[in-house]
Amino acid sequence: MTTPPLGHRPPVLDMSNVTKTFNGDVVALRDMNLGVNSGDFISLLGPSGCGKSTALRLIAGLSTPSSGRITWAGGQSENDLGVVFQEPTLMPWATVAQNVWLPFRLKGQSYASVKDEILDALRLVGLEKFLEAYPRELSGGMKMRVSIARAMVTKPRLILMDEPFAALDEITRFRLNDDLLRLKAKIGCTVIFVTHSVFESVFLSDRIVVMAARPGRVIREVNVDAPYPRDEAFRTSADYAALCRQASDALHEAMGEHA
Amino acid sequence: MSIAENQPLYDADDLKRYRAERFERFGKWLLPVAVLIAMIWLWDRIVVWNEIPHFILPRPGLVLETLIKDWPMLFNALLVTLQITMMALAVAVIGGVGLAVLFTQSRLVEMSFYPYAVILQVTPVVSIAPLIFIYVDSRTAGLLICAWLVAFFPVLANTTLGLNSADHNLRDLFRIYGASRWQTLRYLRLPAALPYFLGGLRIAGGLALIGAVVAEYVAGTGGIGSGLAFRILEAGYRLNIPRMFAALILIAVTGVVIFAGLSFLSHMLLRKWHESAVKRET
Ligand SMILES: Nc1ncnc2c1ncn2[C@@H]1O[C@H](COP(=O)(O)OP(=O)(O)O)[C@@H](O)[C@H]1O
Ligand SMILES: [Mg+2]
Repeated sequence: MTTPPLGHRPPVLDMSNVTKTFNGDVVALRDMNLGVNSGDFISLLGPSGCGKSTALRLIAGLSTPSSGRITWAGGQSENDLGVVFQEPTLMPWATVAQNVWLPFRLKGQSYASVKDEILDALRLVGLEKFLEAYPRELSGGMKMRVSIARAMVTKPRLILMDEPFAALDEITRFRLNDDLLRLKAKIGCTVIFVTHSVFESVFLSDRIVVMAARPGRVIREVNVDAPYPRDEAFRTSADYAALCRQASDALHEAMGEHA
Repeated sequence: MSIAENQPLYDADDLKRYRAERFERFGKWLLPVAVLIAMIWLWDRIVVWNEIPHFILPRPGLVLETLIKDWPMLFNALLVTLQITMMALAVAVIGGVGLAVLFTQSRLVEMSFYPYAVILQVTPVVSIAPLIFIYVDSRTAGLLICAWLVAFFPVLANTTLGLNSADHNLRDLFRIYGASRWQTLRYLRLPAALPYFLGGLRIAGGLALIGAVVAEYVAGTGGIGSGLAFRILEAGYRLNIPRMFAALILIAVTGVVIFAGLSFLSHMLLRKWHESAVKRET
């Protein structure tokens, strides 16, 4: 499946003038505007405390905006979201297969009726041989793959990922970046990906939203016009280096204002 | 190089670890048994050397003889005590878990009743027991209430802690997927509480036995259907010291068996996934 070029994709979600304050005075996020279209891979890039997690929690409906609106195109539905956190967040008492079953199970679907989907998802992340394993038997990278499989197994309209690879070593991280892009090419999912790594954001996304802290806000958008699929060749290309520089400058600007 | 590939190479560290492991494995059993044998032998010698009469301190052999001779009576008493203990434990589990679930489902209920659960717990059972036996006609029911009073709090406290210990991100995930209260309880909170509950259960098992024994002492009246504690009291009045020791040994063994049984249950339920039951691999 190839993703249609930008501008021809149907909208999924729109954030307009979204502000979130805590206890009346901490402005975690100010006036955020973001349009998400189907097939987008958007990175939220910024120093810690700039409201990246707050933005994701607002989109996920875990907290409500103090002002502004978040609208789902065509209204909210049962299968809007998949989420991946910084930790794998698996149920330690359940096997890999049972963990991936969870989103279906909570919708009342039996294991037998969704077995194929579960197997497909685990095959996509390369863990089809670990159906019966318990999380504690897996490495950090493998646990994260299970978490990704769980997020996409229902083919949700939008997948939110909050610094999913931040706790992993660099080699594992590169591998998971590659795998994530392969996955996206295969199933054509829409992703909002939070990171504080410039390289990761450039390698993965077609749009980078650079954010600054105190108050948390968007200061710039960087479009990454490199075509998918991207691989090792892209990582060593001049385009990649230039884009990294561009994103890095924006990030420095974001941090410099309050350094 | 080729030799090293085919044959494992043990270094001094491996050897040291191997010795330490072997010492651990055998020492854990052999040392306490050795201490036991030494103590029994010393007990026997002290009685003989000091010519202590058997109605003050019997020799271990005599205790064993009494245990065998009085076995039918002591065994019946053991069954009575065990029955009270097990019933109290069962009610403690049902009540403790039920109340814990209620507490976590409704903050209102928790705020209203938690202080009273604590008050029940900190009031010594010996001081409540006489009152209970005044108002409760059935002796069994009275014993049961006393044993339950001591046993239920660890179950309640641990299970409440466990139900609230479910990972925050997992809770968020359940919310995002629109899980119902029941689903969150069934698939998230209860499994997360299991290790805590089992820890509480192990403590409660020992306490139920203590509660049953203490209540029997207070209840006093004997006859048919009296438990081990009553047999100890009765033997004490008759200066039948060997029987006191025999009954005491039975109570101690019962306590150990209950603890071991519950530990085993805990291990079996958690061995697949919980750190406490998983052997270190490194
Ligand atoms: N529940 C909360 N209560 C109070 N302040 C919060 C809360 N959540 C986040 N914040 C504040 O909002 C700001 C943005 O936080 P967050 O979105 O977690 O940043 P990021 O994920 O980019 O590191 C921070 O200053 C943080 O202290
Ligand atoms: Mg964050």
